[in-house]
Amino acid sequence: MSRRDLVVVGNGMVGHKFLELLLEDERREEWNVVTFCEEPRLAYDRVNLSSFFSGKTAADLSLAEPGLYEEAGVTVLLGDRAVSIDRQARRVASAKGARVRYDKLVLATGSAPLVPPIPGRESQGCFVYRTIEDLESIRSYAAQARTGVVIGGGLLGLEAANALNHMGLETHVVEFAPRLMAMQVDEDGGRILRGKIEVLGVSVHTGKNTSEIVAEGGRVTEIRFADGGALAADMVVFSAGIRARDELARECGLAIGERGGVTIDDRCRTSDPDILAIGECAQYRGRTYGLVGPGYQMARTAVSTVTGGDAKLGTFDMSTKLKLMGVDVASFGDAHATRPGCRVVAFTDSADGIYKKLVVSADRQRLLGGVLVGDASSYGQLLQLTQNQIPLRGRPEQLILPQSAGANPPALGVDALPEAATICTCQNVAKSVICRAICDEKLSSVGAIKAATRAGTGCGSCTPLLGEILGREMKKAGKAVSNHLCEHFPRSRQELYHLVRLHRIRGFDELIAKHGRGSGCEICKPAVASILASTWNEHVLDGDRVGLQDTNDRFLANIQRGGSYSVVPRVPGGEITPDQLIALGRTAKHFGLYSKITGAQRVDLFGARLEQLPEIWRELIAAGFESGHAYGKALRTVKSCVGSTWCRFGVQDSVSMAIKLENRYKGLRSPHKLKSAVSGCARECAEAQGKDFGVIATEKGYNLYLCGNGGMKPQHAQLFAPDLDEETLIRYLDRFLMFYVRTADRLQRTASWFNNLEGGIEYLRKVLIEDSLGVCAELEAEMAHIVATYRCEWKATIEDPAKLSRFRTFVNSAAPDPSLVQIRQRAQHRPATWQEKAPLLREAVG
Amino acid sequence: MNAVAIQSAAQESWEDVCSLDDVLPATGVCALVAGQQVAIVRASDTVYAIGNFDPFSKAFVLSRGIVGDRGGIPKIASPIYKQSFDLRTGQCLDDARVRVPTYEVRVERGRILVCCQPRAGGSSGA
Repeated sequence: MSRRDLVVVGNGMVGHKFLELLLEDERREEWNVVTFCEEPRLAYDRVNLSSFFSGKTAADLSLAEPGLYEEAGVTVLLGDRAVSIDRQARRVASAKGARVRYDKLVLATGSAPLVPPIPGRESQGCFVYRTIEDLESIRSYAAQARTGVVIGGGLLGLEAANALNHMGLETHVVEFAPRLMAMQVDEDGGRILRGKIEVLGVSVHTGKNTSEIVAEGGRVTEIRFADGGALAADMVVFSAGIRARDELARECGLAIGERGGVTIDDRCRTSDPDILAIGECAQYRGRTYGLVGPGYQMARTAVSTVTGGDAKLGTFDMSTKLKLMGVDVASFGDAHATRPGCRVVAFTDSADGIYKKLVVSADRQRLLGGVLVGDASSYGQLLQLTQNQIPLRGRPEQLILPQSAGANPPALGVDALPEAATICTCQNVAKSVICRAICDEKLSSVGAIKAATRAGTGCGSCTPLLGEILGREMKKAGKAVSNHLCEHFPRSRQELYHLVRLHRIRGFDELIAKHGRGSGCEICKPAVASILASTWNEHVLDGDRVGLQDTNDRFLANIQRGGSYSVVPRVPGGEITPDQLIALGRTAKHFGLYSKITGAQRVDLFGARLEQLPEIWRELIAAGFESGHAYGKALRTVKSCVGSTWCRFGVQDSVSMAIKLENRYKGLRSPHKLKSAVSGCARECAEAQGKDFGVIATEKGYNLYLCGNGGMKPQHAQLFAPDLDEETLIRYLDRFLMFYVRTADRLQRTASWFNNLEGGIEYLRKVLIEDSLGVCAELEAEMAHIVATYRCEWKATIEDPAKLSRFRTFVNSAAPDPSLVQIRQRAQHRPATWQEKAPLLREAVG
Repeated sequence: MNAVAIQSAAQESWEDVCSLDDVLPATGVCALVAGQQVAIVRASDTVYAIGNFDPFSKAFVLSRGIVGDRGGIPKIASPIYKQSFDLRTGQCLDDARVRVPTYEVRVERGRILVCCQPRAGGSSGA
């Protein structure tokens, strides 16, 4: 059978999606495929167009993998535009004079920005916001402009305003409607959104009808409003909506919708069954659709129609979630509460700029839609509840109220979703497909899920849900599969710990040669480094251990956003002399470091460059400070309240006890970080019950609490033993800490270790008090070795030229890293955001 | 095609960045090569050079990652969010769409030389 001719007009996101799906179809071979592409480049990600201004290049945004079309034998007429269709002869003519025959024709011509007929709209300095070329023109013109006005306060308008604002222009948004983003949000949401955007320095003018654009010497200088007002403007960006590009269809006599757009049926066929239309140029059920989700659904349906399938268009999901100028905005389902009998539940926090509205059914059993402004973290789950019509548990307001103590948040986990639930609406991927891919292909990252299923590669808003599904599936699988550390060691951390001790192994190379395979990775290397340190307590930067350490341990500092480091000296128990405070301040000032008091009663100094760390520590050590191990999986701090010395309620000297404990256990490397606190009485001001080990003073001595946790998943510590004297307290702590170090998994905090201990606190008491395993003497001896061999890691480092030589940014230059750009804020410095510094670094990124 | 190859060969230049001993086995350092930050990495018996820029965290830090292998592929993991990159090709092993530039490396008389132009193929993504 001879091949038939398929012609696609337009290579935007939807046109590309159509080709991509067609090329995967087994009946693809029946077609010769030709596509027109009017722009000078193939399809790119228009949804993320604005990221062009934050450093992405046209290549980054490209959707078509290089060579995809060529390899598949698709002829691309790049930079050529279809200008007419001859339906009799079944031919498309192009601007460059090509004549292309078709058996089936797919129109994917998209839409064009709507420029309202305002006098002066053709002046120099007027732009639209649709293509990469538009953005390039805006960027070059903005270089000589001071004031920019965006006409249109919808989604794209706000993105354009954000871009102008970042380019340093005084920015105004003018909107005809009484609120911003009128399509997506309601009045209250619009008000909160406006407040958040104005804080960023963008002026918002709503309810304004632009009547004229004034130009001098052909260049824009001012815009005028119908109400007599005016705004000075060096440039104007129109973003007042889009209109379907239906000219080709109109001229060849196809049916066109009342408000524009090529009319299609549920198989994407126009009034001529051999011509299909998809994407923004198509009009279905009385309207056009400016979102990529419906466009992709049309592409899928059109492929089915062309290849003899019978797929039909369903209902479109018009939900959107985006981050505009750093502000979350989302709307989903029946956001404007149009369904008869529906009810509205809303939460407004004008202090933090958060607005959440839910539309629920009359019986409050189902979620119909909603609007989120300022915090859209629950979008994915609320959308799922809406789309899958899952009966609500509890009162609907619990879904949006901030969680407070005592409130019982309803379970909203991915487990509640049916297998058939569509997780990614852009690419139409169901939960069951994702779960199967994770299981069958042994996927272990969200990136791998995206690559395997395409879920999350459209608008990206389902990415958090993918992470959650992955977590659940891994957990399910984890019970069945091994506890092997990683592909290099077919053993658990606990087994490796025993092998290291038993065979007195002191290096990674020896351990992997005898008990592993390959060359290691970022999972096993730090885990083994931690085991070696817990066992032998030798310097973490000695011998072959340098390459085992995560960057924090490797440079004995905490890496921060952008690649600078922070420094935390030890302040045992939080007790600090005025002279030490002055010394800290002097060093911070000397090196221009941002200073912040931490939650652990210490001072964190931020913004140090790699090569500055030794000099900073030279000063700190001279002032009597030691490493605080804030960079290590190790004992961090033992916090304390002021205790009986000062406090009229205190019953023991909690500060002295905290200092004693901190000095005893400082430097102990463990499977994860260790935090502690000592409170001087039952009022518990030091919050000891939220720590890995906590001590609360009593009239008779000390109560010891174990395995508490703050952070991501707070958990109260358990009372292990009451009214202990100091000696017993320390003995139990020695045993407890070494038992945890021996038996926990890598990166397992004491709380989750405890939750997995069969027998719970009773079991711990048996092992650590009654010595049921007969290991207590060993545990105490191991701790005694750690305590006796403690050295300040930083002091040892600045005394060793070989170690010091590695603290430099460039091996071949003393220059500082030019990418570490700082910006002044509240009398200190903060790192520049990527958007702020990208223009300076574009060359360097290459 | 030929013309392009000849032109790039003519422009090719190399920079002596450091001695082999400056880079401990199974670690990386960062060098400035014609103004670009390049991560010089020793894995097993081979020295590799890839761009130092981590497209995920948008920071110049790849040289400070942990060196190892995945299924025998020599790789380095970003110290920020831990994505791994194939040291031979720059391909991100956790996201097929992302690739960082790579550079030719020669070791001569104990010195490491890096080609100033990245290999063809280029970077993409993230």
